[in-house]
Amino acid sequence: MAYEITLLTTMAISILFALSLNFISGFCGQISLGHAAFLGTGAYASAMLTKSSIPFLLTLPVAAIIAGFFGFLIGLASLRVRHDFLAITTMGVGFLFVGIVRKQDFLGGELGLAGIPSPDMSRESFMVFCIILAVIFAIFSLYIRRSWMGFVFESIADNEDVTRILGIDASRFKLAAFVIGTAVAGIAGALYAHHFRYIGPDSFGFVQSVSVLAMVIVGGVGSVWGVAFAAAVLSILPLLVQFIDDYKLLFYSGLLFAMMRFAPDGVAGIVQRLYGYVRRKS
Amino acid sequence: MLYLELFIQGIVQGSIYGLIALGLTLVYGLLRILHVAHAALFTLGGYIGVIVTNTTGSFSLAIVVAMVAVGLVGMAVYKLAYEPLLHRPPYIALIASIALFIASEEIFRIVFGPFGLSYIDPPLQGQIELFAGFRLKYGEILVMGIAIVMLSALAWLSAKTRTGIAWRATVTDPEMAAAFGINIQNVRYLNFFIASALAAVAGVLVALLNNLVEPTMGSVPSYKALAIIVLGGLGSIRGTLVASLALGVIEAFGTIYVGHLLDRDALAFAFLILILMVRPQGLLGAK
Repeated sequence: MAYEITLLTTMAISILFALSLNFISGFCGQISLGHAAFLGTGAYASAMLTKSSIPFLLTLPVAAIIAGFFGFLIGLASLRVRHDFLAITTMGVGFLFVGIVRKQDFLGGELGLAGIPSPDMSRESFMVFCIILAVIFAIFSLYIRRSWMGFVFESIADNEDVTRILGIDASRFKLAAFVIGTAVAGIAGALYAHHFRYIGPDSFGFVQSVSVLAMVIVGGVGSVWGVAFAAAVLSILPLLVQFIDDYKLLFYSGLLFAMMRFAPDGVAGIVQRLYGYVRRKS
Repeated sequence: MLYLELFIQGIVQGSIYGLIALGLTLVYGLLRILHVAHAALFTLGGYIGVIVTNTTGSFSLAIVVAMVAVGLVGMAVYKLAYEPLLHRPPYIALIASIALFIASEEIFRIVFGPFGLSYIDPPLQGQIELFAGFRLKYGEILVMGIAIVMLSALAWLSAKTRTGIAWRATVTDPEMAAAFGINIQNVRYLNFFIASALAAVAGVLVALLNNLVEPTMGSVPSYKALAIIVLGGLGSIRGTLVASLALGVIEAFGTIYVGHLLDRDALAFAFLILILMVRPQGLLGAK
């Protein structure tokens, strides 16, 4: 049972993390290749606090605020640079995060932080807590997408210049997307730190940023259900294919490539096409 | 003296960055694809270079074989991976490219083993004393020499030949170029061939400088080369060269003076972000 609890907790954290990127990249169309940096910011902030014996639940808002603050700064950068330039800038932020953390002794440097205290709850209730947070954010995402803000996001993703011509302050909405998305990533980071109880600079590197972006794209950019599904599957896939050990990464990257090559609109796109096919048949 | 040594080191490193990043710029300029898997071709070049040198004993033959073979592989990558994705949003091709890159790192590891290969009898190991106490390795001179030769050849090709003119026309306006009877498909193949061949040369040279090729040797250049072409102003060849050399020199000095705060790779990106905030179009990019 302990194994299933770990799996489900990992899944829930990944779903929360992937949905937070979906908010920025999916809804608002701002591609980020450094989202793991915010997971890391939240994780480090929360772990440092609980290590100085501050209750776990209190550290969640702090993690969210710190990550959200850095997200605000990146949001400002996204007002300067766009498209491919933004992708590379956010990638740079990811490398910068890892590079800085590596050199800070008080953050554990290369070795990372070990012995992070367990959250003040049983493993079962921690799992339920993670699932509840993921569900709340999924509902929030669905709500936002149907709200005025969601329409503006969609319009920015579609064509930012036209949005501005319509008299909408696109900058404010882009900043909002970045702040909300990164703050939630910070919360996911706090959960991550207290789930694995060890964090290091390499837990939040470029590979993690790419895998979370892969979850969003494989799920179907902007689709809440698709992204949640892809995050759930992809997060435990490495554990499920443990038996091909040496070829694990090859399998994962091969799958990702095949997905991009043959079904670039993701799981959501496949489902939609199937649905259309069934409807036409009947 | 230390300054001069650091500067030369930076230029050598910058020349290698230049050879890699130039191919990336060529691909971006033509297709608007951030071609991360370019670094896999760089690694492949290094492997072919070492294997051919070790079996035939000729280093110059190794360079030629690596260029041609990797050039052909590059064309295949375009045909199989990118061509079907051209009408999709650009991040699709980017993720596909990253996936391809990770997969090829794994393939190198599985095929050639995790510990890498070395030259049995490494060529050009001597060094020359230019003036008192200041030495340069033959390998380093070769790197700078080859970079100059390759880049001049490319400049000549694009400025003086019909092929070069067709290539530039296609970059500027593909539809107009096609209307004038240029075969766009051939231009793209040629573009990938040249870009990949340049990466292969860089791979062979890095293998020579480190006397080692390993599966992960492409991972740092892959992302750094992206930073360089963005820094240079995406698609600008001159900007790419300036950015490569500048980054090489800045890294050489930076690791000495701010190495305790930031590691080498973070330094490159700190520089990138700083420049982009001031000049969002890159160093020499057009607005």
